[in-house]
Amino acid sequence: MSNPGPLPDPLVDTDPTVTVNGTVRHFGQSPAHTTALEWLRVNGLTGAKEGCAEGECGACAILMAQTDRAGGARWGALTSCLVPMAALDGQELVTAEGLGTPSKLHPVQAAMAAAGGSQCGYCTPGFVCSMAAEFYRSDRQPVSGATAPGEPVGAHPETGPNGFDLHALSGNLCRCTGYRPIRDAAFSLPMADDDAFSRRRLTSAPEFRSTFHERDDGIFIRATTLPQAVTLLAENPGAVLVAGSTDWGVEVTIRARRAPLVIAIESIPELNVIHRGDTEIEIGAAVPLSQIEAVLGDRVPLLAQLIPQFASRLIRNRATLGGNLGTGSPIGDSPPVLLALEAQIVLVSAMGERVLPVAEYFTGYRATLKRADELIKSVRIPLPGSNVTAFHKITKRRFDDISSVAVAFSLQIDEGVITTARIGLGGVAPTPLRARATEAVLTGQLWNRKTVRHAAATLESEGTPMDDHRASSRYRTLMLSGALLKLYAQNSASPEVSS
Amino acid sequence: MSSLSHRPRDPIVGQPVPHESARLHVTGQALYTDDIAARTPDALTAWPVQSPHAHARIRSIDSAAALALPGVVRVLTAVDVPGVNDCGGKGDEPLFPAEAMFHGHAVAWVLAENQDTARAGAAAVTVDYEVLPSLISVRDAIAAGSFQGTPKTVSRGDARAALATAHRVLAGVTEFSGQEHFYLETQAALATVDEGGKLFVQSSTQHPSETQEILAHVLNRPHHEVTVQSLRMGGGFGGKEMQSHGFAAIAALGALLTGRPVRVRLNRTLDMTMTGKRHGFHTTWEVGFSEDGTLLALKAQLTSDGGWCLDLSEAVLARALCHVDNAYFIPNVEVQGRVARSNKTSQTAFRGFGGPQGMLLIEDILGRSAPLLGLTPEQLRRRNFYREGQNTPYGMPVRHADRIATVWNQVFEHSDFAARRKEIDAFNTVNTDQKRGLAITPVKFGISFNLVAFNQAGALVHVYKDGSVLINHGGTEMGQGLHTKMLQVAATALGVPLSSVRLAPTRTDKVPNTSATAASSGSDLNGGAVKNACEQIVERLSVVAGGMLGAASHDVRISQGTVTALGVKNKSFPFSEVVMAAYMQRVQLWAAGFYRTEGLHWNAETMQGEPFKYFACGAAVAEVEVDGFTGAYSQRRVDIVHDAGDSLSPIVDIGQIEGGYVQGAGWLTLEDLRWDEGTGPTRGRLLTQSASTYKLPSFSEMPEIFNVHLLEHAEEEGAVYGSKAVGEPPFMLAFSVREALRAAVAAFGPAGRSVTLASPATPEAVFWAVQESREAATEAATAIPRPAIVEP
Repeated sequence: MSNPGPLPDPLVDTDPTVTVNGTVRHFGQSPAHTTALEWLRVNGLTGAKEGCAEGECGACAILMAQTDRAGGARWGALTSCLVPMAALDGQELVTAEGLGTPSKLHPVQAAMAAAGGSQCGYCTPGFVCSMAAEFYRSDRQPVSGATAPGEPVGAHPETGPNGFDLHALSGNLCRCTGYRPIRDAAFSLPMADDDAFSRRRLTSAPEFRSTFHERDDGIFIRATTLPQAVTLLAENPGAVLVAGSTDWGVEVTIRARRAPLVIAIESIPELNVIHRGDTEIEIGAAVPLSQIEAVLGDRVPLLAQLIPQFASRLIRNRATLGGNLGTGSPIGDSPPVLLALEAQIVLVSAMGERVLPVAEYFTGYRATLKRADELIKSVRIPLPGSNVTAFHKITKRRFDDISSVAVAFSLQIDEGVITTARIGLGGVAPTPLRARATEAVLTGQLWNRKTVRHAAATLESEGTPMDDHRASSRYRTLMLSGALLKLYAQNSASPEVSS
Repeated sequence: MSSLSHRPRDPIVGQPVPHESARLHVTGQALYTDDIAARTPDALTAWPVQSPHAHARIRSIDSAAALALPGVVRVLTAVDVPGVNDCGGKGDEPLFPAEAMFHGHAVAWVLAENQDTARAGAAAVTVDYEVLPSLISVRDAIAAGSFQGTPKTVSRGDARAALATAHRVLAGVTEFSGQEHFYLETQAALATVDEGGKLFVQSSTQHPSETQEILAHVLNRPHHEVTVQSLRMGGGFGGKEMQSHGFAAIAALGALLTGRPVRVRLNRTLDMTMTGKRHGFHTTWEVGFSEDGTLLALKAQLTSDGGWCLDLSEAVLARALCHVDNAYFIPNVEVQGRVARSNKTSQTAFRGFGGPQGMLLIEDILGRSAPLLGLTPEQLRRRNFYREGQNTPYGMPVRHADRIATVWNQVFEHSDFAARRKEIDAFNTVNTDQKRGLAITPVKFGISFNLVAFNQAGALVHVYKDGSVLINHGGTEMGQGLHTKMLQVAATALGVPLSSVRLAPTRTDKVPNTSATAASSGSDLNGGAVKNACEQIVERLSVVAGGMLGAASHDVRISQGTVTALGVKNKSFPFSEVVMAAYMQRVQLWAAGFYRTEGLHWNAETMQGEPFKYFACGAAVAEVEVDGFTGAYSQRRVDIVHDAGDSLSPIVDIGQIEGGYVQGAGWLTLEDLRWDEGTGPTRGRLLTQSASTYKLPSFSEMPEIFNVHLLEHAEEEGAVYGSKAVGEPPFMLAFSVREALRAAVAAFGPAGRSVTLASPATPEAVFWAVQESREAATEAATAIPRPAIVEP
């Protein structure tokens, strides 16, 4: 293991603890790369299962008391296979075992059991935790016109009469049931009683501690201030930065990576702002996507379209924009949208801050302008946005899949004329990119079929898509033009009959 | 005593009860094999050394660097095997191979104090490989003449002659992919050494008896020194019928050599790269119709992609050949089958066991042929249904042939098919970029193991002095609800409340020589055995109770825990009191039950006989909407009527139907196994080896409206309490979604055009089919129609 370099005061070896199902447990003896799932299972809590070890199946889901950004707490479900135990120092967790017992089932457990929601039962504890998080969502309200079990689909096929949002379960896979009984269980749930889990929401979530956890396999440090983080990073430019750690987890479990130094930055205040100004919205790099969704609503329509298609609720409760940009992947979901929004990235280091357009940030396959001593502080989105926006994510599966192609449109159309056009693309080149040639073809033209056909042909030539197991290059190419044609079909005057 | 299918008054079978472990499932307290391992102190973890080549001779294995790592305890190789170095049933599946036969093949195993160390140890083992040429795709294997096992043919009449004179002859090639089981619980085993060096192995397996046999021959021990337990599985679907044995053997060998418990648990990557899957098939076919669309002849060659060794491939192929007829009478048949050998995982049992592959062929043929015959697909299918008195191509009478039409007609009505067809036509007329499709397809599936000897089962039923009951049987629980049904059968047969019966884990030292829990046969076979054991006990208790009640023993009735007698008023005893009285009279309060399916015969050489006890039937109507821009689709509504006989347990059966349907839809529309067929260094590597790249159905694939009905008044004579097997048949109801997609794709093109659809019909595959339809529409508007017959 390489030496991570001198560490600044006042970091001292801490005695990390976690509260699980109401009991405080010490875990200082666990290796630095132990995932929460491994720790739970070694310590007798085997309800959470490993199904995929990459946050895709939800069998390891547990509940965590997270901030509701309003002084209280919310129960967020997360995939315990992707979270370092060390990142949970001082935190509060609940597992399926803690929700209820066979003789005293929690309402969610009772509904699942009665509906035939479990067959082999292996995915069930994870489903129960995802369902419980939604059960306790404070703004869940009964919906009129929603689907009742066995009833025809109403206006909100993915929302129950009890306000249950089925997307809460989009990160949980079941191979046995075909999901219908699980949906029926979810849609039959009552509103939450005034039980201990409900009451817990009234007081704030635990603070993130300043953690220093050194073991044979590496060091985990939680930096709680920005100066601390940038100093650490300056001295240890090879350190792995984590916020939601959804990428770290895959590296650790699938690729067996053991980084000498991991620095957690999720609790740094500057990285947790959501600032709504008149000309700009600034989103901290470490704000979980679920919080962006909750705070901004549809204030930025393109973001509001993006976030429900971004992984699953289990991942969005941890994953951040900073992480999605930090990995530099050409198939991240947020870059096409941020490109179309002409967003900027704020980078910070011990030397100070600099601001880059997202369009300049990506330089090659998983390569960016971010220096090893820099971290992403925030993303700035200019206001107002354009009046025609759309995010088209082309996938094999509608819920929780990685895109083969993603296209984000942000067009300003005034009196039938395209005054500005910004298009972000993912999955068609080694980096996300702006479709500048297509933008030029569109700008200043009438928003009509002729313009769109011409521009669609240009759009096909942007990027150099490849063949892989997700899609052929030819399909990717045609999805580019198809996206623009579809945008036009959905935003043109000609009426389409639907039933 | 009572006939097998007769139900007493107030039966516990037929009641909608939740899964017997539901309360444990939902609270995280149900234990699986690796949960037990996590509770086993001092257990070592095993990790494989995997081949990075699709085919390579192993020149040497150097374990020194691994053994030098602190925490690495031992490296297992072929020299450590005291018995036979083989973990399959055909002698072609070495536990430690001299040649790596596929990318990911385990060539050695490392035992270490924990998983991290074992994994690091496996990475430190140096293997010297001599890379050999490899065959990856089934087409490559066919071209190279690479086959294994014995080819089989099912034939009747003279297909060649009938094709020569048929009014219309069509031909084609149909290829379809395999499917990963993706049981949520990966393969797992835990072995411990008992007193005197005897082995106790807990394994996530559908076939504990075969695990026991294979461990015994690997370890050179008699069977009675090896005990195997399968507590429950987190899903099996056929993937733990044969494939689990090798992992249990590694655990057992490791435990024997180190004296410590040894745990094997594959992570998802290992499981997907090492274990067998559903067979993909390559088929060529010729079909002949009369003028009115009646099937006259089918001639086909089915080549399954067996992977590197035989495993269950021959049996899977036999079932495929016995299901190419599905629900249709084909007078002249010549269907040949063979198993290709390729450098991939050894493909294996998977729900339906070849049945889906055989049936996909005929459904694809009918779906492609209907427009060319001027018929709707439902007319063509309906016209060719079996009728009473007709036989299958392998010579078995289709008893209750009318059930096919019955379920079809019911679901046709339930789904409002005719009216919705009109609505959909109207929708498709006014929408150019989105089209809807509606289709109805039938299922007829034979129940019983093709191999007659497997159709037997045992059970052990204990009644304790307090009247509580403990049952044990040879079947395993993988989520399919077998244990729930067996509890209901025992409670019904004994006449006691469900709450007084408990079920103990499946173990080879309780019930020996069991068959795999497979072929949908679990309830039929084990239910027969449990019922038989209970009836022996009831017979003895009746004598005792007759004495207590002053009645003849044949007049004694036990129901809901109360013992009465015909003609005896105002006098009854609790079950427990009669039990205690029996004990005091030294009457045996436990019994071993046995069951064998009567009336089966099968000639595996001629492929003729009556291999099935009965057929399970069902029919489904699916509606989809396809987006012409992307090929993406949604399942708007699915209606099913399925024949589960008189259901033993309706919640369980409906769960099997819904789950089977969605899993089948996954196979046909979404799940996409891709191997590296290139010539680079990773040739043969499974490219979709994780949940992030191999997508199985999620909530977004559940039909928006999903109506499932059990066929009523469906008593099956000769099966336990009149029920029918339900594990596999519903899987094939998903053909309806594939045919609905075909209909939607057709709606983008000119009328009367045959649509070819790849399988799986992923959004991209549907997109290309839509493109072809649209091009045909453009051509049709400008030119003469092209011939639609495709030569093989």
